[in-house]
Amino acid sequence: MKEFGGPAAFIDRNDINTDEIIPAKYLTEITKKALQPHLLEDLHLEEGQFDPHSPEMQDARVLITRSNFGCGSSREHAVWALEVNEINMVVGQSFARIFRQNMFNCGILAVELPSEELDRLFALQGKVTLTVDLDKEQLTATSSAGDTTQCSFTLNPFDKKLIKAGGWLTYADAHY
Amino acid sequence: MGQTITEKIFAAHLRDTPTPENMVLDIDVIMCHEITTPIAIMDLVEKGMDRVCNPSRIKAVIDHVTPPKDSKTATQAKIMRDWARRHNIKDFFDIGRNGVCHALFPEKGFIRPGNTVIMGDSHTCTHGAFGAFAAGVGTTDLEVGILKGVCAFRVPRSLKIEVTGTLPKGVVAKDIILAIIKKLTVSGGTDMVIEFTGPVVEAMNMSSRMTLCNMAVEAGATSGVCQPDIVTARYLWPFIQDEYESVEQAAEAFSRWRSDEDARYEQVVTLDVTTLAPQVTYGYKPDNVKDIQELEGAKIDQVYIGSCTNGRIEDIREAAMILRNQSVAESVRGILVPATPAVYSQALEEGLIKIFMESGFCVLNPTCGACLGMSSGVLADGEVCASTTNRNFNGRMGKGGMVHLMSPASAAAAAITGVITDPRRFLN
Ligand code: SF4
Repeated sequence: MKEFGGPAAFIDRNDINTDEIIPAKYLTEITKKALQPHLLEDLHLEEGQFDPHSPEMQDARVLITRSNFGCGSSREHAVWALEVNEINMVVGQSFARIFRQNMFNCGILAVELPSEELDRLFALQGKVTLTVDLDKEQLTATSSAGDTTQCSFTLNPFDKKLIKAGGWLTYADAHY
Repeated sequence: MGQTITEKIFAAHLRDTPTPENMVLDIDVIMCHEITTPIAIMDLVEKGMDRVCNPSRIKAVIDHVTPPKDSKTATQAKIMRDWARRHNIKDFFDIGRNGVCHALFPEKGFIRPGNTVIMGDSHTCTHGAFGAFAAGVGTTDLEVGILKGVCAFRVPRSLKIEVTGTLPKGVVAKDIILAIIKKLTVSGGTDMVIEFTGPVVEAMNMSSRMTLCNMAVEAGATSGVCQPDIVTARYLWPFIQDEYESVEQAAEAFSRWRSDEDARYEQVVTLDVTTLAPQVTYGYKPDNVKDIQELEGAKIDQVYIGSCTNGRIEDIREAAMILRNQSVAESVRGILVPATPAVYSQALEEGLIKIFMESGFCVLNPTCGACLGMSSGVLADGEVCASTTNRNFNGRMGKGGMVHLMSPASAAAAAITGVITDPRRFLN
């Protein structure tokens, strides 16, 4: 099983869609690796510019965002774009169904937290790193300013099985 | 207690219940197109699993960028074509016979009430119009579908929309679905199936029902669904006449799938359309919707009529009625893309293509093209398009471009004036 957690990047917006995560013009690529430079390149934030190539994004292994992340098109390219950028988990208030399923199908974590808990994460100062205990369903965020905060989450038991199997293809091949 | 149509379909297709919250279903129809399938094929080949569960359950089409625009899209098409041949997939539609998947497959009679349908495409929900459970999935789900004929879903909850009242002249299914999305928001239907019911939906033809179901995903829903009835049976009749004695008997047989009176819903929403105005989106989210009067006069550069939402013959008739004896404004580029070859030839036969061409529209072959900003009418930075498609995301039809979603009638009106215009001005 994969390791989850690592340095976090924060994206403070609701309803980030898959066209923003990976624009349609890259859907003609037939390797995942080719998506790597284009993650979130069309993302617009209401205030201030988003730089997909910022040092924070380069280091990120975790994205922390708001609600309905990954809405829109069914393209799994959006998840692969995260995967080839070594992002192993996204934390948000909620996810669009197909996107969330694509995450678990690829063996990547989508963690849902209530908005108050997300506010606590967004309030952390400095660089933030997450660690995850999958069995306890708990994550710990530590900031470079020395603050630590813990959040519990619940995973759908089937999604957990997929994570442990390394994805849906492996699971389905063994079971059906 | 009664069951919803979705619960009935799930129960009839249940293969496994890995946890109480999750169901693995047998899938009747697995649809494939050349954007999300080649990468699934490549992955299966690489893993030594290049098999298909049953070639007759697979329907495949090259539709998104056709004819190919460059060598990359040509390669995607080639991977699909070779794969379809290799596995003896009979229902494979290549150039000359291809059209937008969600318009083409219904036309071929592939979807029946009570079916389960998946595709690596979020607008698969369109096929719910036939009383089927049809859901968009990602590539991994598609791979498992191709290989094993199954797909996993969470036990669905249902949201019922009752559309009541009398639909005013010049207001159509597209306006209703935009009004519904505005009401529900882009996430209001998450993990739910939206059931479209009520007298207005019952009176609709299949084309309008497909327009409704098509955009269920824009409210975040897993799918949309309409109750199968005599309208469904009549549409499917050419394909089922050997199975039933009459259209009425087919409708009677389909009624086993209809939701029970006492079925349980997560939420019931009523929409009275009696005073509904034509609707149009602004900004970059499909729930940013206003009455068209509020946006009248906003300048546009391009009009696009087509796609799985509104590229059927009924849509082309609706737009042609407004375009007849009119010209496209000098500042506007008009593009018509009939969704399938059958739609195209029907439009030719009815003289509709002539109306479009005489007004100054460019008429293209069936394809998705500019709907997702890949070819055939991509916008330049800062340009605005009045479009009958289903997504207005930032850059959807080209980086820096903006899209106003609207009905074919509204799009035709905008083409004539060069600004957003209430189509009722052209109806008397
Ligand atoms: S027409 Fe547009 S929305 Fe429909 S399948 Fe094609 S790209 Fe998707």
